[in-house]
Amino acid sequence: MAMRFSENADRMDVRYVAGLARIALSDAEAARLQGQLDDILAFVGELKKLDVSGVEVTDVATEAQNAWRADVPIAGLEREATLANAPLARHGQFVVPKVIE
Amino acid sequence: MNDFIASIGLEVHVQLKTRTKLFCAFPAHEEGDPNVAVCPVCLGLPGAMPVMNGEAIRQTVKTGLMIGSRIALRSTFDRKNYFYPDMPKNFQISQQAAPLCLGGAVEIDVGGQPKTIRVNHIHQEEDAAKITHLENSSEIDFNRASTPLMELVTEPDMASPDEAMAFLIALKEMLIYAGISDCNLELGQVRCDVNSSVRPAGTDLLGVKCEIKNMNTFKGIHRALTYELARQVEVLRSGGMLVQETRRWDDEAGVTLPMRSKEYAHDYRYFPEPDLPPVVLDAATVEAWRAELPELPAVKRARFIRDYGLPEYDVGVLTADQALAEFFEAAAQQSKNCKAVSNWVMGELLRALGEQGLGIADAKITPRALAALIALVDAKTINMPAAKEVFQVLFEKGGDPAAVVKEKGLAQVSDAGAIDGFAERAIAANEKVAAEFRGGKETALMFLVGQVMKLSRGKANPQLAAEALRRKLRG
Ligand SMILES: [Zn+2]
Repeated sequence: MAMRFSENADRMDVRYVAGLARIALSDAEAARLQGQLDDILAFVGELKKLDVSGVEVTDVATEAQNAWRADVPIAGLEREATLANAPLARHGQFVVPKVIE
Repeated sequence: MNDFIASIGLEVHVQLKTRTKLFCAFPAHEEGDPNVAVCPVCLGLPGAMPVMNGEAIRQTVKTGLMIGSRIALRSTFDRKNYFYPDMPKNFQISQQAAPLCLGGAVEIDVGGQPKTIRVNHIHQEEDAAKITHLENSSEIDFNRASTPLMELVTEPDMASPDEAMAFLIALKEMLIYAGISDCNLELGQVRCDVNSSVRPAGTDLLGVKCEIKNMNTFKGIHRALTYELARQVEVLRSGGMLVQETRRWDDEAGVTLPMRSKEYAHDYRYFPEPDLPPVVLDAATVEAWRAELPELPAVKRARFIRDYGLPEYDVGVLTADQALAEFFEAAAQQSKNCKAVSNWVMGELLRALGEQGLGIADAKITPRALAALIALVDAKTINMPAAKEVFQVLFEKGGDPAAVVKEKGLAQVSDAGAIDGFAERAIAANEKVAAEFRGGKETALMFLVGQVMKLSRGKANPQLAAEALRRKLRG
Protein backbone atom coordinates (compact mmCIF):
# COMPACT_ATOMS: atom_id res chain seq x y z
CA MET A 1 0.00 0.00 0.00
CA ALA A 2 1.38 3.34 -0.97
CA MET A 3 2.12 5.63 1.93
CA ARG A 4 -0.75 8.06 1.87
CA PHE A 5 0.94 10.68 3.96
CA SER A 6 4.62 11.25 3.96
CA GLU A 7 6.40 12.01 7.21
CA ASN A 8 6.78 15.59 6.00
CA ALA A 9 3.14 16.17 5.09
CA ASP A 10 1.60 19.23 6.66
CA ARG A 11 -1.68 17.49 7.24
CA MET A 12 -2.47 14.02 8.52
CA ASP A 13 -5.85 12.28 8.18
CA VAL A 14 -6.89 11.23 11.67
CA ARG A 15 -9.06 8.41 10.32
CA TYR A 16 -6.09 6.97 8.46
CA VAL A 17 -3.90 7.04 11.57
CA ALA A 18 -6.72 5.58 13.67
CA GLY A 19 -7.09 2.82 11.10
CA LEU A 20 -3.41 1.93 11.41
CA ALA A 21 -3.84 1.73 15.18
CA ARG A 22 -7.08 -0.28 14.84
CA ILE A 23 -9.05 2.38 16.71
CA ALA A 24 -12.69 3.03 15.79
CA LEU A 25 -13.70 6.70 15.93
CA SER A 26 -17.17 8.21 15.85
CA ASP A 27 -17.68 11.19 13.51
CA ALA A 28 -17.68 13.56 16.49
CA GLU A 29 -14.43 12.07 17.87
CA ALA A 30 -12.78 12.18 14.46
CA ALA A 31 -13.69 15.85 14.02
CA ARG A 32 -12.41 16.80 17.50
CA LEU A 33 -9.16 14.79 17.16
CA GLN A 34 -8.52 16.05 13.63
CA GLY A 35 -8.51 19.57 15.03
CA GLN A 36 -6.06 18.60 17.78
CA LEU A 37 -3.82 16.74 15.34
CA ASP A 38 -3.77 19.76 13.03
CA ASP A 39 -2.73 21.96 15.96
CA ILE A 40 0.09 19.61 16.92
CA LEU A 41 1.41 19.47 13.38
CA ALA A 42 1.17 23.22 13.08
CA PHE A 43 3.35 23.50 16.18
CA VAL A 44 5.86 21.05 14.72
CA GLY A 45 5.76 23.18 11.58
CA GLU A 46 6.85 26.16 13.69
CA LEU A 47 9.83 24.16 14.98
CA LYS A 48 10.78 23.26 11.43
CA LYS A 49 11.31 26.94 10.66
CA LEU A 50 14.23 27.11 13.08
CA ASP A 51 17.72 27.11 11.62
CA VAL A 52 19.42 24.03 13.07
CA SER A 53 22.14 23.70 10.44
CA GLY A 54 24.84 24.15 13.11
CA VAL A 55 23.32 21.68 15.60
CA GLU A 56 24.48 18.09 15.77
CA VAL A 57 21.73 15.51 15.27
CA THR A 58 20.69 13.87 18.53
CA ASP A 59 19.16 10.44 18.13
CA VAL A 60 19.38 9.33 21.74
CA ALA A 61 18.73 11.10 24.97
CA THR A 62 21.36 9.40 27.13
CA GLU A 63 25.12 9.40 27.21
CA ALA A 64 25.14 5.65 27.78
CA GLN A 65 26.33 3.20 25.16
CA ASN A 66 26.65 -0.56 24.94
CA ALA A 67 24.48 -1.39 27.97
CA TRP A 68 24.83 -5.09 27.23
CA ARG A 69 23.87 -8.19 29.12
CA ALA A 70 25.69 -11.55 29.16
CA ASP A 71 23.94 -14.35 27.28
CA VAL A 72 22.98 -16.30 30.41
CA PRO A 73 19.39 -17.49 30.84
CA ILE A 74 17.28 -17.15 33.98
CA ALA A 75 13.93 -18.78 34.74
CA GLY A 76 10.85 -17.13 33.22
CA LEU A 77 7.53 -16.18 34.74
CA GLU A 78 5.16 -18.89 35.92
CA ARG A 79 2.70 -19.41 33.12
CA GLU A 80 -0.23 -18.74 35.43
CA ALA A 81 1.19 -15.32 36.19
CA THR A 82 1.85 -14.72 32.50
CA LEU A 83 -1.73 -15.49 31.55
CA ALA A 84 -3.32 -13.83 34.58
CA ASN A 85 -3.87 -10.54 32.75
CA ALA A 86 -5.16 -12.13 29.57
CA PRO A 87 -8.84 -11.40 28.84
CA LEU A 88 -9.02 -14.97 27.56
CA ALA A 89 -6.58 -17.89 27.74
CA ARG A 90 -6.76 -21.47 26.50
CA HIS A 91 -4.22 -24.32 26.07
CA GLY A 92 -1.66 -22.16 27.88
CA GLN A 93 -2.00 -19.51 25.17
CA PHE A 94 -3.43 -16.03 24.91
CA VAL A 95 -6.66 -16.05 22.92
CA VAL A 96 -7.64 -13.10 20.74
CA PRO A 97 -10.43 -12.59 18.21
CA LYS A 98 -9.46 -14.27 14.96
CA VAL A 99 -7.00 -12.20 12.97
CA ILE A 100 -6.93 -12.74 9.22
CA GLU A 101 -3.82 -14.47 7.94
CA MET B 1 11.41 -16.27 -20.62
CA ASN B 2 14.35 -15.65 -23.00
CA ASP B 3 13.15 -12.22 -24.09
CA PHE B 4 12.75 -11.17 -20.44
CA ILE B 5 15.27 -10.72 -17.65
CA ALA B 6 14.33 -11.50 -14.05
CA SER B 7 15.67 -9.64 -11.01
CA ILE B 8 15.29 -11.29 -7.63
CA GLY B 9 16.12 -9.83 -4.25
CA LEU B 10 15.76 -11.55 -0.89
CA GLU B 11 15.10 -10.36 2.64
CA VAL B 12 16.33 -13.23 4.78
CA HIS B 13 15.41 -13.38 8.47
CA VAL B 14 17.66 -15.69 10.46
CA GLN B 15 17.24 -16.65 14.12
CA LEU B 16 20.57 -16.34 15.88
CA LYS B 17 21.90 -19.17 18.02
CA THR B 18 21.93 -17.43 21.38
CA ARG B 19 20.91 -18.90 24.71
CA THR B 20 18.72 -15.95 25.66
CA LYS B 21 16.42 -13.56 23.86
CA LEU B 22 17.48 -10.27 22.30
CA PHE B 23 16.18 -7.92 24.97
CA CYS B 24 15.60 -10.10 28.04
CA ALA B 25 17.46 -12.94 29.80
CA PHE B 26 14.87 -15.64 29.17
CA PRO B 27 15.70 -18.69 27.11
CA ALA B 28 15.47 -18.36 23.34
CA HIS B 29 14.48 -21.29 21.07
CA GLU B 30 12.07 -22.84 23.58
CA GLU B 31 10.32 -25.67 21.75
CA GLY B 32 8.24 -27.04 24.63
CA ASP B 33 4.97 -25.81 26.13
CA PRO B 34 3.68 -22.39 25.07
CA ASN B 35 4.35 -19.27 27.12
CA VAL B 36 6.92 -20.80 29.47
CA ALA B 37 9.92 -18.69 28.41
CA VAL B 38 8.46 -15.23 28.73
CA CYS B 39 8.78 -12.15 30.92
CA PRO B 40 7.35 -8.63 31.06
CA VAL B 41 9.81 -7.41 28.41
CA CYS B 42 8.93 -9.89 25.67
CA LEU B 43 5.25 -9.73 26.63
CA GLY B 44 5.42 -6.00 25.99
CA LEU B 45 4.04 -5.07 29.40
CA PRO B 46 4.02 -1.32 30.10
CA GLY B 47 7.19 -0.06 31.73
CA ALA B 48 9.31 -3.12 30.97
CA MET B 49 12.69 -2.11 29.54
CA PRO B 50 14.81 -3.94 26.94
CA VAL B 51 18.44 -4.81 27.71
CA MET B 52 20.67 -5.78 24.80
CA ASN B 53 22.10 -9.29 24.48
CA GLY B 54 25.73 -8.64 23.49
CA GLU B 55 26.05 -12.12 21.98
CA ALA B 56 23.45 -11.28 19.31
CA ILE B 57 25.47 -8.22 18.30
CA ARG B 58 28.61 -10.34 18.09
CA GLN B 59 26.93 -12.92 15.82
CA THR B 60 25.43 -10.36 13.48
CA VAL B 61 28.76 -8.57 13.17
CA LYS B 62 30.51 -11.90 12.50
CA THR B 63 28.03 -12.58 9.69
CA GLY B 64 28.86 -9.19 8.22
CA LEU B 65 32.57 -9.96 8.47
CA MET B 66 32.07 -13.28 6.65
CA ILE B 67 30.44 -11.60 3.67
CA GLY B 68 32.73 -8.58 3.62
CA SER B 69 30.32 -5.97 5.00
CA ARG B 70 31.48 -2.67 6.38
CA ILE B 71 30.79 -2.84 10.14
CA ALA B 72 29.16 0.27 11.52
CA LEU B 73 31.17 1.40 14.53
CA ARG B 74 28.07 3.17 15.79
CA SER B 75 24.65 1.72 15.19
CA THR B 76 21.22 2.53 16.61
CA PHE B 77 17.81 0.96 17.08
CA ASP B 78 14.43 2.12 15.86
CA ARG B 79 10.80 1.33 16.55
CA LYS B 80 8.88 -0.10 13.61
CA ASN B 81 5.25 0.61 14.42
CA TYR B 82 2.52 -1.84 13.54
CA PHE B 83 -0.55 -3.24 15.20
CA TYR B 84 -0.91 -7.00 15.28
CA PRO B 85 -1.34 -9.38 18.23
CA ASP B 86 2.07 -11.00 17.65
CA MET B 87 3.67 -7.77 18.90
CA PRO B 88 1.58 -6.41 21.77
CA LYS B 89 3.72 -3.36 22.49
CA ASN B 90 2.69 -2.27 18.96
CA PHE B 91 6.21 -1.84 17.65
CA GLN B 92 9.08 -4.09 16.75
CA ILE B 93 12.53 -3.01 17.85
CA SER B 94 14.61 -3.06 14.69
CA GLN B 95 17.28 -1.02 12.94
CA GLN B 96 16.50 1.32 10.09
CA ALA B 97 18.64 4.45 10.14
CA ALA B 98 21.96 2.89 11.17
CA PRO B 99 22.17 -0.92 10.81
CA LEU B 100 25.12 -2.95 12.09
CA CYS B 101 26.47 -4.17 8.74
CA LEU B 102 26.52 -2.34 5.42
CA GLY B 103 27.22 -3.89 2.03
CA GLY B 104 28.95 -7.20 1.42
CA ALA B 105 28.48 -10.04 -1.04
CA VAL B 106 27.98 -13.78 -1.29
CA GLU B 107 29.59 -15.82 -4.08
CA ILE B 108 27.40 -18.42 -5.72
CA ASP B 109 27.93 -20.97 -8.47
CA VAL B 110 25.10 -22.24 -10.65
CA GLY B 111 26.04 -24.84 -13.26
CA GLY B 112 29.70 -23.81 -13.20
CA GLN B 113 28.82 -20.10 -13.58
CA PRO B 114 30.25 -18.13 -10.66
CA LYS B 115 28.35 -14.98 -9.70
CA THR B 116 28.50 -12.35 -6.98
CA ILE B 117 25.28 -11.49 -5.15
CA ARG B 118 25.57 -8.15 -3.41
CA VAL B 119 24.12 -7.62 0.05
CA ASN B 120 22.67 -4.19 0.87
CA HIS B 121 22.86 -4.47 4.65
CA ILE B 122 22.26 -6.67 7.69
CA HIS B 123 20.29 -5.38 10.64
CA GLN B 124 19.37 -6.71 14.04
CA GLU B 125 15.77 -7.05 15.22
CA GLU B 126 13.50 -9.03 17.51
CA ASP B 127 11.22 -11.87 16.41
CA ALA B 128 7.46 -11.70 16.97
CA ALA B 129 5.25 -14.10 18.95
CA LYS B 130 3.79 -17.14 17.22
CA ILE B 131 0.11 -17.03 16.25
CA THR B 132 -2.01 -20.09 15.58
CA HIS B 133 -5.17 -19.30 13.68
CA LEU B 134 -8.17 -21.37 14.72
CA GLU B 135 -11.74 -21.46 13.40
CA ASN B 136 -13.07 -18.56 15.46
CA SER B 137 -10.06 -17.23 17.34
CA SER B 138 -6.30 -16.96 17.28
CA GLU B 139 -3.92 -18.28 19.97
CA ILE B 140 -0.65 -16.59 20.82
CA ASP B 141 2.53 -18.11 22.23
CA PHE B 142 5.23 -15.64 23.32
CA ASN B 143 8.11 -18.11 23.63
CA ARG B 144 9.42 -16.89 20.27
CA ALA B 145 8.82 -13.21 21.02
CA SER B 146 12.08 -11.25 21.13
CA THR B 147 14.22 -14.14 19.85
CA PRO B 148 17.19 -12.47 18.16
CA LEU B 149 16.86 -12.17 14.40
CA MET B 150 19.15 -10.68 11.86
CA GLU B 151 17.69 -9.56 8.57
CA LEU B 152 19.96 -9.74 5.59
CA VAL B 153 18.75 -7.74 2.57
CA THR B 154 20.25 -8.46 -0.83
CA GLU B 155 20.39 -6.34 -3.94
CA PRO B 156 18.16 -7.63 -6.80
CA ASP B 157 21.13 -9.52 -8.27
CA MET B 158 19.68 -12.99 -8.74
CA ALA B 159 18.31 -13.74 -12.20
CA SER B 160 16.64 -17.12 -11.70
CA PRO B 161 15.06 -19.32 -9.03
CA ASP B 162 18.21 -21.49 -9.21
CA GLU B 163 20.39 -18.50 -8.32
CA ALA B 164 18.11 -17.59 -5.41
CA MET B 165 18.35 -21.18 -4.19
CA ALA B 166 22.15 -21.20 -4.57
CA PHE B 167 22.37 -17.97 -2.59
CA LEU B 168 20.28 -19.35 0.26
CA ILE B 169 22.25 -22.60 0.37
CA ALA B 170 25.57 -20.74 0.39
CA LEU B 171 24.35 -18.42 3.15
CA LYS B 172 22.98 -21.26 5.24
CA GLU B 173 26.23 -23.20 4.93
CA MET B 174 28.26 -20.21 6.12
CA LEU B 175 25.97 -19.50 9.07
CA ILE B 176 26.05 -23.12 10.22
CA TYR B 177 29.86 -23.24 9.81
CA ALA B 178 30.34 -20.16 11.95
CA GLY B 179 27.86 -21.33 14.60
CA ILE B 180 25.69 -18.27 14.02
CA SER B 181 22.45 -20.16 13.41
CA ASP B 182 21.38 -23.77 13.07
CA CYS B 183 19.24 -22.57 10.12
CA ASN B 184 16.65 -25.23 10.91
CA LEU B 185 13.94 -24.49 8.36
CA GLU B 186 11.39 -26.79 9.97
CA LEU B 187 11.66 -24.75 13.17
CA GLY B 188 11.24 -21.52 11.22
CA GLN B 189 14.79 -20.37 11.91
CA VAL B 190 15.10 -18.99 8.36
CA ARG B 191 12.22 -17.05 6.81
CA CYS B 192 12.30 -15.03 3.60
CA ASP B 193 10.46 -12.28 1.84
CA VAL B 194 11.09 -12.66 -1.88
CA ASN B 195 11.08 -9.68 -4.24
CA SER B 196 10.99 -10.18 -7.98
CA SER B 197 10.47 -8.27 -11.18
CA VAL B 198 10.93 -8.87 -14.90
CA ARG B 199 11.91 -6.53 -17.71
CA PRO B 200 12.36 -6.94 -21.46
CA ALA B 201 15.83 -8.14 -22.45
CA GLY B 202 18.02 -5.29 -23.58
CA THR B 203 16.53 -2.75 -21.17
CA ASP B 204 18.11 -1.53 -17.94
CA LEU B 205 15.29 -0.18 -15.83
CA LEU B 206 13.97 -2.70 -13.29
CA GLY B 207 10.37 -3.81 -13.81
CA VAL B 208 7.51 -3.48 -11.32
CA LYS B 209 8.34 -5.33 -8.11
CA CYS B 210 6.18 -7.97 -6.46
CA GLU B 211 6.93 -9.22 -2.99
CA ILE B 212 6.09 -12.73 -1.79
CA LYS B 213 5.88 -12.68 1.99
CA ASN B 214 6.94 -15.13 4.64
CA MET B 215 8.43 -18.09 2.80
CA ASN B 216 9.97 -20.74 5.03
CA THR B 217 11.31 -23.48 2.77
CA PHE B 218 13.95 -23.19 0.05
CA LYS B 219 11.97 -25.54 -2.18
CA GLY B 220 8.87 -23.38 -1.69
CA ILE B 221 10.86 -20.28 -2.66
CA HIS B 222 12.08 -21.98 -5.83
CA ARG B 223 8.57 -23.07 -6.79
CA ALA B 224 7.00 -19.72 -5.89
CA LEU B 225 9.58 -17.81 -7.94
CA THR B 226 9.21 -20.12 -10.93
CA TYR B 227 5.48 -19.48 -10.86
CA GLU B 228 5.72 -15.77 -10.12
CA LEU B 229 8.25 -14.91 -12.85
CA ALA B 230 6.19 -16.80 -15.44
CA ARG B 231 3.08 -14.95 -14.24
CA GLN B 232 4.73 -11.56 -14.58
CA VAL B 233 6.03 -12.35 -18.08
CA GLU B 234 2.58 -13.57 -19.09
CA VAL B 235 0.93 -10.34 -17.91
CA LEU B 236 3.42 -8.23 -19.89
CA ARG B 237 3.19 -10.44 -23.01
CA SER B 238 -0.56 -10.16 -23.08
CA GLY B 239 -0.25 -6.39 -23.01
CA GLY B 240 -1.20 -6.03 -19.33
CA MET B 241 0.32 -3.85 -16.62
CA LEU B 242 1.90 -5.10 -13.41
CA VAL B 243 1.13 -3.33 -10.16
CA GLN B 244 3.51 -3.24 -7.23
CA GLU B 245 1.93 -5.56 -4.69
CA THR B 246 2.44 -8.05 -1.91
CA ARG B 247 1.51 -11.62 -2.66
CA ARG B 248 1.49 -14.88 -0.78
CA TRP B 249 2.41 -18.38 -1.94
CA ASP B 250 -0.32 -21.02 -1.78
CA ASP B 251 1.80 -24.15 -1.62
CA GLU B 252 -1.05 -26.59 -2.21
CA ALA B 253 -2.45 -24.79 -5.25
CA GLY B 254 1.06 -23.91 -6.46
CA VAL B 255 0.17 -20.26 -7.15
CA THR B 256 0.91 -16.81 -5.73
CA LEU B 257 -2.10 -14.71 -4.79
CA PRO B 258 -2.40 -11.00 -4.03
CA MET B 259 -2.82 -10.30 -0.33
CA ARG B 260 -5.78 -8.18 0.65
CA SER B 261 -4.54 -4.66 1.25
CA LYS B 262 -5.73 -4.76 4.88
CA GLU B 263 -3.47 -7.70 5.62
CA TYR B 264 -0.30 -5.77 4.97
CA ALA B 265 -1.39 -2.17 5.34
CA HIS B 266 1.69 -0.66 6.87
CA ASP B 267 3.10 2.71 7.36
CA TYR B 268 5.69 1.86 9.93
CA ARG B 269 6.65 5.40 10.88
CA TYR B 270 10.00 4.37 12.25
CA PHE B 271 11.41 6.49 15.01
CA PRO B 272 14.48 6.12 17.26
CA GLU B 273 14.13 3.63 20.13
CA PRO B 274 14.68 5.73 23.25
CA ASP B 275 15.20 2.77 25.62
CA LEU B 276 18.30 1.33 23.95
CA PRO B 277 21.59 3.21 23.89
CA PRO B 278 23.59 3.04 20.66
CA VAL B 279 25.92 0.13 19.97
CA VAL B 280 29.43 1.49 19.71
CA LEU B 281 32.18 -0.86 18.56
CA ASP B 282 35.91 -0.29 18.38
CA ALA B 283 38.15 -1.72 15.70
CA ALA B 284 39.91 -4.03 18.18
CA THR B 285 36.63 -5.72 19.18
CA VAL B 286 35.64 -6.18 15.56
CA GLU B 287 39.07 -7.66 14.75
CA ALA B 288 38.83 -10.04 17.71
CA TRP B 289 35.48 -11.26 16.39
CA ARG B 290 36.94 -11.64 12.91
CA ALA B 291 39.63 -13.89 14.38
CA GLU B 292 36.91 -16.24 15.66
CA LEU B 293 35.57 -16.93 12.16
CA PRO B 294 36.12 -20.43 10.78
CA GLU B 295 37.53 -21.12 7.35
CA LEU B 296 34.60 -20.54 4.99
CA PRO B 297 33.16 -23.50 3.06
CA ALA B 298 34.22 -22.24 -0.39
CA VAL B 299 37.79 -21.63 0.81
CA LYS B 300 37.90 -25.05 2.44
CA ARG B 301 36.69 -26.75 -0.75
CA ALA B 302 39.42 -25.12 -2.81
CA ARG B 303 42.03 -26.12 -0.24
CA PHE B 304 40.87 -29.75 -0.06
CA ILE B 305 41.16 -30.07 -3.85
CA ARG B 306 44.63 -28.53 -3.77
CA ASP B 307 46.06 -30.19 -0.64
CA TYR B 308 44.54 -33.66 -0.82
CA GLY B 309 44.12 -34.06 -4.58
CA LEU B 310 40.48 -35.04 -4.20
CA PRO B 311 37.83 -34.89 -6.92
CA GLU B 312 35.27 -32.10 -6.65
CA TYR B 313 32.50 -34.54 -5.80
CA ASP B 314 34.37 -35.87 -2.73
CA VAL B 315 35.15 -32.36 -1.56
CA GLY B 316 31.49 -31.37 -1.82
CA VAL B 317 30.42 -34.27 0.38
CA LEU B 318 33.24 -33.87 2.90
CA THR B 319 32.81 -30.13 3.43
CA ALA B 320 29.01 -30.10 3.62
CA ASP B 321 29.41 -30.59 7.36
CA GLN B 322 32.19 -28.86 9.23
CA ALA B 323 32.67 -31.67 11.75
CA LEU B 324 32.89 -34.22 8.96
CA ALA B 325 35.46 -32.07 7.16
CA GLU B 326 37.50 -31.87 10.37
CA PHE B 327 37.34 -35.63 10.83
CA PHE B 328 38.47 -36.22 7.25
CA GLU B 329 41.30 -33.77 7.57
CA ALA B 330 42.57 -35.21 10.85
CA ALA B 331 42.58 -38.73 9.32
CA ALA B 332 44.09 -37.61 6.02
CA GLN B 333 46.99 -35.93 7.80
CA GLN B 334 47.89 -39.27 9.40
CA SER B 335 47.45 -41.31 6.25
CA LYS B 336 49.44 -41.86 3.07
CA ASN B 337 46.25 -42.54 1.14
CA CYS B 338 43.97 -39.48 1.19
CA LYS B 339 41.60 -40.80 -1.48
CA ALA B 340 41.04 -43.95 0.61
CA VAL B 341 40.31 -41.79 3.66
CA SER B 342 37.78 -39.85 1.59
CA ASN B 343 36.19 -43.10 0.35
CA TRP B 344 35.88 -44.47 3.89
CA VAL B 345 34.43 -41.24 5.27
CA MET B 346 31.93 -40.82 2.42
CA GLY B 347 31.12 -44.53 2.34
CA GLU B 348 31.27 -46.54 5.55
CA LEU B 349 31.32 -43.67 8.01
CA LEU B 350 28.37 -41.75 6.54
CA ARG B 351 26.45 -45.00 6.07
CA ALA B 352 26.98 -46.04 9.69
CA LEU B 353 26.05 -42.57 10.97
CA GLY B 354 22.98 -42.43 8.74
CA GLU B 355 21.76 -45.88 9.77
CA GLN B 356 21.77 -44.93 13.41
CA GLY B 357 20.80 -41.30 12.96
CA LEU B 358 24.02 -40.15 14.62
CA GLY B 359 26.27 -37.17 14.16
CA ILE B 360 30.00 -37.41 13.68
CA ALA B 361 30.51 -36.46 17.33
CA ASP B 362 28.77 -39.70 18.35
CA ALA B 363 31.12 -41.99 16.39
CA LYS B 364 33.62 -43.83 18.58
CA ILE B 365 36.15 -44.29 15.79
CA THR B 366 38.95 -41.72 15.87
CA PRO B 367 40.57 -40.20 12.77
CA ARG B 368 43.82 -41.86 13.86
CA ALA B 369 42.14 -45.30 14.00
CA LEU B 370 40.65 -44.84 10.52
CA ALA B 371 44.07 -43.91 9.13
CA ALA B 372 45.58 -47.00 10.81
CA LEU B 373 42.82 -49.21 9.41
CA ILE B 374 43.52 -47.95 5.89
CA ALA B 375 47.23 -48.63 6.42
CA LEU B 376 46.40 -52.26 7.33
CA VAL B 377 44.42 -52.64 4.09
CA ASP B 378 47.16 -51.02 2.01
CA ALA B 379 49.76 -53.33 3.58
CA LYS B 380 47.49 -56.27 2.67
CA THR B 381 47.38 -57.32 6.32
CA ILE B 382 43.58 -57.48 6.00
CA ASN B 383 41.28 -57.59 3.03
CA MET B 384 38.33 -55.30 2.37
CA PRO B 385 35.53 -57.42 3.89
CA ALA B 386 37.63 -57.87 7.05
CA ALA B 387 38.38 -54.13 7.11
CA LYS B 388 34.66 -53.34 7.01
CA GLU B 389 34.12 -55.70 9.94
CA VAL B 390 36.89 -53.97 11.89
CA PHE B 391 35.42 -50.58 10.99
CA GLN B 392 32.07 -51.57 12.46
CA VAL B 393 33.73 -52.52 15.75
CA LEU B 394 35.73 -49.28 15.82
CA PHE B 395 32.61 -47.27 14.99
CA GLU B 396 30.62 -48.76 17.84
CA LYS B 397 33.26 -49.31 20.50
CA GLY B 398 36.35 -47.43 19.45
CA GLY B 399 39.82 -48.91 19.94
CA ASP B 400 42.87 -49.75 17.90
CA PRO B 401 42.37 -51.51 14.54
CA ALA B 402 45.42 -53.79 14.90
CA ALA B 403 44.07 -55.04 18.24
CA VAL B 404 40.64 -55.70 16.73
CA VAL B 405 42.22 -57.60 13.82
CA LYS B 406 44.13 -59.75 16.28
CA GLU B 407 41.20 -60.31 18.62
CA LYS B 408 38.87 -61.37 15.79
CA GLY B 409 41.54 -63.31 13.93
CA LEU B 410 40.95 -61.34 10.77
CA ALA B 411 44.51 -61.05 9.54
CA GLN B 412 44.74 -62.01 5.93
CA VAL B 413 46.35 -65.34 5.20
CA SER B 414 49.24 -64.64 2.85
CA ASP B 415 51.16 -67.76 3.76
CA ALA B 416 51.81 -69.62 0.48
CA GLY B 417 51.48 -73.06 1.99
CA ALA B 418 48.11 -72.36 3.58
CA ILE B 419 46.73 -70.74 0.43
CA ASP B 420 47.99 -73.66 -1.72
CA GLY B 421 46.10 -75.98 0.60
CA PHE B 422 42.84 -74.00 0.24
CA ALA B 423 43.34 -73.86 -3.56
CA GLU B 424 43.78 -77.63 -3.82
CA ARG B 425 40.66 -78.26 -1.76
CA ALA B 426 38.66 -75.77 -3.86
CA ILE B 427 39.71 -77.45 -7.12
CA ALA B 428 39.04 -80.93 -5.77
CA ALA B 429 35.55 -79.99 -4.64
CA ASN B 430 34.67 -78.25 -7.93
CA GLU B 431 36.14 -80.42 -10.70
CA LYS B 432 33.57 -79.27 -13.25
CA VAL B 433 34.35 -75.57 -12.80
CA ALA B 434 38.06 -76.34 -12.85
CA ALA B 435 37.61 -78.12 -16.19
CA GLU B 436 35.74 -75.11 -17.58
CA PHE B 437 38.64 -72.85 -16.66
CA ARG B 438 41.08 -75.21 -18.29
CA GLY B 439 38.81 -75.14 -21.36
CA GLY B 440 39.35 -71.35 -21.56
CA LYS B 441 36.48 -69.94 -19.47
CA GLU B 442 38.43 -67.23 -17.61
CA THR B 443 35.49 -66.21 -15.40
CA ALA B 444 35.40 -69.66 -13.81
CA LEU B 445 38.46 -68.59 -11.83
CA MET B 446 36.44 -66.04 -9.89
CA PHE B 447 34.15 -68.77 -8.61
CA LEU B 448 37.13 -70.77 -7.40
CA VAL B 449 38.66 -67.70 -5.71
CA GLY B 450 35.33 -67.32 -3.94
CA GLN B 451 35.58 -70.91 -2.75
CA VAL B 452 39.08 -70.31 -1.39
CA MET B 453 37.79 -67.23 0.49
CA LYS B 454 34.99 -69.35 1.89
CA LEU B 455 37.33 -72.12 3.02
CA SER B 456 39.64 -69.56 4.64
CA ARG B 457 36.64 -67.89 6.31
CA GLY B 458 37.36 -64.70 4.39
CA LYS B 459 40.95 -64.38 5.44
CA ALA B 460 42.84 -65.46 2.33
CA ASN B 461 44.54 -62.77 0.32
CA PRO B 462 42.39 -62.90 -2.87
CA GLN B 463 45.26 -61.98 -5.21
CA LEU B 464 47.48 -64.71 -3.83
CA ALA B 465 44.55 -67.14 -4.00
CA ALA B 466 44.01 -66.36 -7.69
CA GLU B 467 47.73 -66.84 -8.40
CA ALA B 468 47.79 -70.18 -6.57
CA LEU B 469 44.72 -71.42 -8.43
CA ARG B 470 46.17 -70.46 -11.83
CA ARG B 471 49.42 -72.23 -11.02
CA LYS B 472 47.64 -75.41 -9.99
CA LEU B 473 45.08 -75.44 -12.85
CA ARG B 474 47.76 -74.90 -15.51
CA GLY B 475 50.23 -77.25 -13.87
ZN1 LIG C 1 11.32 -11.87 28.05
